[in-house]
Amino acid sequence: MDIPTGRAMPSDERLAPPAWEEGRTGPPHGEFSVIGKRNRKVEGLAKSTGQAIYADDLRLPRMLHAKLLRSIHAHARIRSIDASAALALAGVHAVITGKDLPEYYGIIPWTQDEQALCEEKARYTGDAIAAVAADSELIAEEALRLIRVDYEVLPAVMTIEEALAHPEIKVNERTKDGNISKHVHLDFGDVQAGLAGSDVVVEGDYWYEGSTHTPIEPHCCVADFDPTGFLTVWSSTQVAHYLHRDLARVLGLPTQRIRVVQPVVGGAFGGKSEPFSLEFCTAKLSMVTGRPVKILYTREEVFYAHRGRHPMRMRYRTGITREGKLTAVDATIKIDGGAYSSFGLVTTYYSGQLLTAPYAMPAYRFDSTRVFTNKPCCGPKRGHGSVQPRFAFECQLDKLAEAVGLDPFELRRRNLMGADARTVNGMRVTSNGFPQCLDAVERASGWKDKFRRLPYGRGVGVAGSMYISGTNYCIYPNEMPQSGVQLKLDRSGRATVFCGASDIGQGSDSMLAYIVCEELGLELRDVRVVAADTDLTPVDLGSYSSRETFMVGNACLDAARKLRHEVGETLARTWGCRRDEVVLANGVACSARDPGRECMSVKEAFQHTEARIGTLGSVGWYQSPKLGGDYRGGTIGASPAYSFTAHVVEVECDPETGFVEVKTVWIAHDCGRALSPVAVEGQMEGSAYMGLAEALLEEHVFKAAAPHHGPGLHDGPSLLDYRIPTSLDVPEFVSLIIESIDPEGPYGAKEAGEGPLHPSIPALANAIYDALGVRCDALPFSPPRVLRLLREPGARARWERARAQVGVSASC
Amino acid sequence: MQTPSSVVIRLRVNGDLRECAVTPSTTLLEALRYGLGLTGSKQGCDKGDCGACTVVVDGEPVLACISLALAYHDGAEVTTIEGVAEQGGPHPLQDAFDLTGAAQCGFCTPGILMSAWALLEKAPDPSREEVARALSGNLCRCTGYTKIFEAVEMAAARLRERGARRSP
Repeated sequence: MDIPTGRAMPSDERLAPPAWEEGRTGPPHGEFSVIGKRNRKVEGLAKSTGQAIYADDLRLPRMLHAKLLRSIHAHARIRSIDASAALALAGVHAVITGKDLPEYYGIIPWTQDEQALCEEKARYTGDAIAAVAADSELIAEEALRLIRVDYEVLPAVMTIEEALAHPEIKVNERTKDGNISKHVHLDFGDVQAGLAGSDVVVEGDYWYEGSTHTPIEPHCCVADFDPTGFLTVWSSTQVAHYLHRDLARVLGLPTQRIRVVQPVVGGAFGGKSEPFSLEFCTAKLSMVTGRPVKILYTREEVFYAHRGRHPMRMRYRTGITREGKLTAVDATIKIDGGAYSSFGLVTTYYSGQLLTAPYAMPAYRFDSTRVFTNKPCCGPKRGHGSVQPRFAFECQLDKLAEAVGLDPFELRRRNLMGADARTVNGMRVTSNGFPQCLDAVERASGWKDKFRRLPYGRGVGVAGSMYISGTNYCIYPNEMPQSGVQLKLDRSGRATVFCGASDIGQGSDSMLAYIVCEELGLELRDVRVVAADTDLTPVDLGSYSSRETFMVGNACLDAARKLRHEVGETLARTWGCRRDEVVLANGVACSARDPGRECMSVKEAFQHTEARIGTLGSVGWYQSPKLGGDYRGGTIGASPAYSFTAHVVEVECDPETGFVEVKTVWIAHDCGRALSPVAVEGQMEGSAYMGLAEALLEEHVFKAAAPHHGPGLHDGPSLLDYRIPTSLDVPEFVSLIIESIDPEGPYGAKEAGEGPLHPSIPALANAIYDALGVRCDALPFSPPRVLRLLREPGARARWERARAQVGVSASC
Repeated sequence: MQTPSSVVIRLRVNGDLRECAVTPSTTLLEALRYGLGLTGSKQGCDKGDCGACTVVVDGEPVLACISLALAYHDGAEVTTIEGVAEQGGPHPLQDAFDLTGAAQCGFCTPGILMSAWALLEKAPDPSREEVARALSGNLCRCTGYTKIFEAVEMAAARLRERGARRSP
């Protein structure tokens, strides 16, 4: 890895967030005028009128189109590549192979194990081997067929079990230990004693099937290496900054001669949060040909590019006292990583580290192993690494509640950790609205009249969760801020916010604009956001781990408040009032003392301020405090704030067919202060939708070997075969926003993008149990699986027994 | 490879008569996006699965990525997302998508909006089920569809109001 820059220790003054006399969590004066209102998005109309420009909408003069040749074998040594016939084809400009881009890269500096084009070995069906640039996509495709690859086919490992059983079939040479990508074992408290002292111990085995992000926009990149030796890359990425660094490494160019621009991105969900072959290949081909080059992945390629949800095989032992207090949790987790590391080091930690709230656990142990297999690489999908264990654990809680005769809500309430707590693995929890989340979904769903009371086939289930608002540290160690914002005001009355933040549809651009509007009294249309352009914007680490609102929002709040104080100071002098009597709101500046007379437009206020102090600009930045447990890996999972969610799912199941229909999902999410309720609801609904889709429909799985092909072909790499829900498949979503007001969040805000996905899967599994008396411990809960469970002896009797218990649970 | 030679066709798009060079295999989507620069219609799958390319022809939603451009030579009027806005302002549907937060990443939005536009031309007061049915060929991965349903219903109400104001 390259030596990170910026290791000089920052001063305390630089690290401490400014202590504003107004505080960080309330309105800058009196009441909010923009924050918390149902605002438009800054780019909303551009999107609804077809004006928003995505990567594939870019066309540059003389632009070539490139295509990638992909391995037809799941595991094969590349003996030689003959591209002469392809190069001879009219309209073909260049062919590159692994030799042209030998540098290894990877999003985590310690596990760089990928090449843009495989040099010696293909590790999954679909691994990229060569790239062709041609006048058109059609010609490039034709040229791919003319490239002769001499493969030596190797045996492939396709499952976790095969990977562990056959260390001699090494998928990825960059690991020392067989096919182990990462192993983490962490112990907190005395698990043995805790389990031994429990009144009830529930053991359960769970399987979480893989799924993929499926953004509607396929990955696309345009690169232009111009005659001055400057490279510009427009890519559908959610991490422009990390891409910038990896491009420099792999291409051997200085970072200051590369510009990465993120156009509008058509969905990502974690699937565009690391560099991909297309970015390196377009750049290299542009360097080779001296012309701009575009690659647009086909939908099929998006399925193979993947980086989606890791399949996990999980075993939990959970102990509880008769009174319903958790005693100890013991987890053993095997993770199918696919062929490369990606974020896998973090995934392996997250599979254990993020389970320790919102319930207090006296003792906890997890043992997680991520293995390499000859399949497309898994990575971070919305709720990275923690959705799978959360599914298992919340199902465990349902079983425990039944075992001790408690209502599942009551069981959860007896184990709440509350606000200002420390988890068993050393994570600091500040604001915590989980109890309110439970209350809200219990009330709204009519739980007490439904649980164990609905007729056979219908049921309700509950689950809870927590998630991080950003990771506490940058992916590469350094002492520089995690988020930076520059703000420019000018005499036209306009503000421009410059920030590296990556809007992938969640609304981070709008969030920046709302904060600037709130602080400076501007109307939304008077703020322009320039984001995710490494030439123009200060670094933000990107859109992952639900960090944008908390970290970027804080940086923006500070930048805006600095200028707000300058404007306030100017007007205080003009009117002879105190600065805190100056009000900026809705395009008007006035004094609270005499708003009728002491009043002007904010535009005039900016002009007066510019006259007083000069050109108006400011910066703000965010860096999280040192957090986490004092042990190896103790910083992974540390976050400045945690969000909390509870779901109740109501289902109607058909016992004849095994078909599960979700009727309604009540989602209560504690996002701190909802800066934009519309956007927060959108994240809650979208998250619940995505979780239910994983639970019911989606299977990112691969075919076994057959007479005409080897193993590793995707089972259905199209939007018809890989079933994501249509408008006819979605239930009613009821979004209940809980605002705990976080002490360190911008105006008290926390994340909303990923947390609300987690409980949807276990809440559904628990609802199916309430409806049918069968435990869905493996995903997806498809009709064949549910039918199989229904046909096991005693299913109906279990349902009867559970209902008979209702008297007990109602009395608690 | 023998690249098939291009021919120039005339397309009626958004009220304009536009010329465009195409080959026999050029899709309507490619002609719109790359030939005419109308990049509002999106390519999400290129095989008719996702609906991001939806345009409206003779009042019916059509998947432009699996329609051949040649078939539209001197043919029916094609309306794309760029042709929906009214006199320099957004159409009530476009405004409603913004107001309700129906567009998150926005990539499916043009296609969904065209399906909704075709629906409202025929059914000014659709039920939620009719809306869901009309949009069932358009995949959205961000919203869970809730806010899209709300947007279509809001636009329908506004269009009905406007119609009521206009008729005596």
